[in-house]
Amino acid sequence: MTLAPHRGGTVILMSILAAYALTILPLPDWARMARPEWVALVLIYWCMAVPHRVGVVVGFLAGLGQDALQGSLLGQHALAYVLLTYLVVKLHQRIRVYPLMQQAGIVLVLLAMTQLIQIWINGLIGRPHPGPEYWLPPLVGTLVWPWLFVIMRSVRRYYGVQ
Amino acid sequence: MTLDHRQHLSAPVREAVQTAAYPMHFLVNLPFDMGEYLVERLSSRRALLEENARLRNQHMLYEARLQRLDQLERENIRLQSLLESSYEVEEAVLIAELMRVDLDPYRHIIQVDKGSRHGVFPGQPVLDAHGIMGQVDTVGRSSAVVRLITDPSHALPIQVNRNGLRTIAFGSGSLRALELPHLPNNADIREGDLLVSSGLGGGFPVGYPVARVTEVVREPGQPFARVVAEPTAKLDRSREMLLVRTRRRGGDYEEISDAPMDDAGFQDGDGVP
Repeated sequence: MTLAPHRGGTVILMSILAAYALTILPLPDWARMARPEWVALVLIYWCMAVPHRVGVVVGFLAGLGQDALQGSLLGQHALAYVLLTYLVVKLHQRIRVYPLMQQAGIVLVLLAMTQLIQIWINGLIGRPHPGPEYWLPPLVGTLVWPWLFVIMRSVRRYYGVQ
Repeated sequence: MTLDHRQHLSAPVREAVQTAAYPMHFLVNLPFDMGEYLVERLSSRRALLEENARLRNQHMLYEARLQRLDQLERENIRLQSLLESSYEVEEAVLIAELMRVDLDPYRHIIQVDKGSRHGVFPGQPVLDAHGIMGQVDTVGRSSAVVRLITDPSHALPIQVNRNGLRTIAFGSGSLRALELPHLPNNADIREGDLLVSSGLGGGFPVGYPVARVTEVVREPGQPFARVVAEPTAKLDRSREMLLVRTRRRGGDYEEISDAPMDDAGFQDGDGVP
């Protein structure tokens, strides 16, 4: 590997900010429950594509940011995203070479895991379980993944993020 | 960190975080604000005139009603002074507008565009034109998060308007329902009863409408009746709301909250036994 200069930090930051905006964008009531975890999806992509740049630390900060935005318990998303990014960075060489559909399968598992961590924390602080629709976001996230992947890849190539 | 927040140790941190998140909220809210602004700008003169006339009529109606209320209030004060009890005449209010952002979808919280800069403080009651909506949860410099009365962790001391029966209304997690779990089977409560805030605990002002009873189920085998009420406030439709500037908790209300009366501590929400 040559010593390529780090480029495109702004692009990564902007993509995470865009994910934040999508996270708090108002949706009609029926769609609110099914909103995918955009920040998690974007983090998965960057961890997979440029694991030497986006890793656990970025995951932690992004999670804190989301907690601040959503008014959830501070550190709740941060913990989930730290584990998420750790796993993706660990597995990035495998996930990269999978076909898209198989990738989506992995993404489903990862998203379900973050959701599970959230529900544990919510349970610990005594919030009631919201019911089966709680598991919709990972499913929707999985459906979104192939499109997101293609878009993000073209963005990454266009701006030469490495 | 998680524990830290559970114990409410870091209110200043919370405020800083809320303030830091404000630009993002502002940005997402911006297109909606712009849209409204344009609609206002571009609406025709006739529509505006019509609206103006309608509002003037309504205003007159309310003025008339208010006159009667003024007189009633004075009479009330006189009677109360006969009974040698204090009576709070009026509270200052601050008008806040809803920000169009979605927060944690599993809790009933909304965000408004007024913060500590405008004198908002945690625990401050929030009303709309039809009744009590909730209370301020966390405060940032120029925005605040409001917890609605239907949030599962919220409880509010109320009384039945018809006969003064006191109890506590808990949020149910549905925007259309509050639960009144502590009423015995023989309690005098019926469908259609108006529930108003009782002011016990000092968090909320006295006498504002909260909910209307929609369902009373008395099962002979159970010690308590199952009572469900629908909030009168338009929790998911109001855009403007009033933040009431009551006296801060503690302060003058100390004797009440120190008393072993259970109602007092409840409306904090988290401390539900």
